[in-house]
Amino acid sequence: MKDAMTQSQTVPAKASRPAPVRPAPARPVAAASTAPMSQDSRPLLPRLVDLPGVTTGATLIGTVLLWEIAVRIFAIPSYLLPAPSAILNSFAAIGFSRWMLHVWSTLRVALLGFGLAIVVSVPLAMVMMRSALLSRTLYPLLVIVQSTPVVAIAPIIIVALGAGDLPRVVITTLITFFPLVVSTATGLSATPPELIELSRSLRAPAWREMTQIRLPYAVPYIFSALKISITLAVIGAVVAEFVASEAGVGYFIQFSTSMFKLPQAWAGLIVLAAMSLLLFQVVVQVQKRVFPWSLPKSEH
Amino acid sequence: MMIQQPPAIRFDRLGQVFQTRSGRTEALRDVNFDVAHHEFLAILGPSGCGKSTLLRMIAGLLKPTSGQVEVFGMPVTGPRDDIGIVFQKPTLLPWATVEDNIVFPVRHKTGRVTPRDRDRAQELLAMVGLEGFGKRLPDELSGGMQQRVGIARALHMDPDILLMDEPFSALDALTREVMGFDLLGIFARKPKTVVFITHSVSEAALLADRVLVMSGRPGMVASEHLVPVDRPRGPESMKDAALLDLTADLRDRLMMREVA
Repeated sequence: MKDAMTQSQTVPAKASRPAPVRPAPARPVAAASTAPMSQDSRPLLPRLVDLPGVTTGATLIGTVLLWEIAVRIFAIPSYLLPAPSAILNSFAAIGFSRWMLHVWSTLRVALLGFGLAIVVSVPLAMVMMRSALLSRTLYPLLVIVQSTPVVAIAPIIIVALGAGDLPRVVITTLITFFPLVVSTATGLSATPPELIELSRSLRAPAWREMTQIRLPYAVPYIFSALKISITLAVIGAVVAEFVASEAGVGYFIQFSTSMFKLPQAWAGLIVLAAMSLLLFQVVVQVQKRVFPWSLPKSEH
Repeated sequence: MMIQQPPAIRFDRLGQVFQTRSGRTEALRDVNFDVAHHEFLAILGPSGCGKSTLLRMIAGLLKPTSGQVEVFGMPVTGPRDDIGIVFQKPTLLPWATVEDNIVFPVRHKTGRVTPRDRDRAQELLAMVGLEGFGKRLPDELSGGMQQRVGIARALHMDPDILLMDEPFSALDALTREVMGFDLLGIFARKPKTVVFITHSVSEAALLADRVLVMSGRPGMVASEHLVPVDRPRGPESMKDAALLDLTADLRDRLMMREVA
């Protein structure tokens, strides 16, 4: 007799249909921007500002315009600061296939180094999490490796590993893996102790505790580190190209500067920044699509 | 003549001493009591009196430093299959649906989940009043609903003994009361041996067959009280004179201990 009554009591009305109800109070900004325009009685400008991307776009366009105007009015020489129009001209002059050659060279090294960093650091973090002894012995080594300026070791690595992608990939990995190891290790230890007790009470094998509990719990931590590491990977690839390379956007910038073609160097710089932003967005989107639960509630 | 069966759980001169950085802490001293088959035992005591330590020893997650715990006549040497645990917080897996959370113990223990396990999860969902919520994520549920999933998870492998460590203490007062009545309904249909840890006097008296009051530091059993109220119990039992007397008595004893 209690069932019918208690059920109606215990299922709170607000939670009985969480999906449609939830977004409204949780995301007032999003709700405002997706609301039909006819309901919004404010003037056009405030409504426009609320649209996603409008402020960012306006800031970017404004900055470029100011830049162009300033360079023309003050007649700033192009070796100090080339005008956006000059940069655009030299960008177009390079041609698609040459850009692709350099972009692919940098992208390949950055992605391989990033991938290698993941492959190395996640198992390393697992091992360090399982064994306090290994953690104590490996941690100082990691800190030493991280503290050594990679730009300074890069020439040594190039000499040691010779030409080709390998030394560049290693340099990229060196620059990317530290945040990954530290964050993953932290995440693996952030599991609620109750779940570990549950696992022990079930006498489940230790590897399953790792794969079914600890590793998924570390996913938000791993992605925080991946977002840092992916931009570091581009830096790593460029550093390697500065030291020894015949291709890549970093090499292109260095080469252009040595030929005093500053607008061309700037074009390379902008390509690099765009590449970094794009890769960062890829990581963000992967987390959003594959692990939506790992995002803070406001970002769902 | 009935053959004498061993009690479901027996604590035999049990003691627990923790070595800490500041020295030895005696958590439990000379704890002796039995829990009968299908008895609902509530353990009431101030925080830090070793209640949770007792539960962990029944579950085989912690070894006593002296004495022993027996389950169905056998000394506990490690975790057993016939014991389920409900924690203070629901601690569900945030990436798994409600149904996947309920079958998680099977997946975790054996590595696979059969259609029968899923059917059983559906039955349990209905039993805890969450029919139709199987595909939701824990995030979309209220605290009380999440703890219902936690209870269903603990019941999925159909344990003989259910250990509940202050399961409703994170809930608001109203939800907490409703959860208590629902728990009574669940165990009326499917009796279990339950050890229920709480620091709510009225919750202990309403739910349990017997209440143990513990004193703190070192934790010892201070007194034992049978609950003189017939089952089935419901909201009307809260007004039962015998139950009110018992809660008053229990409260006095706890207060006395706190002051002493």
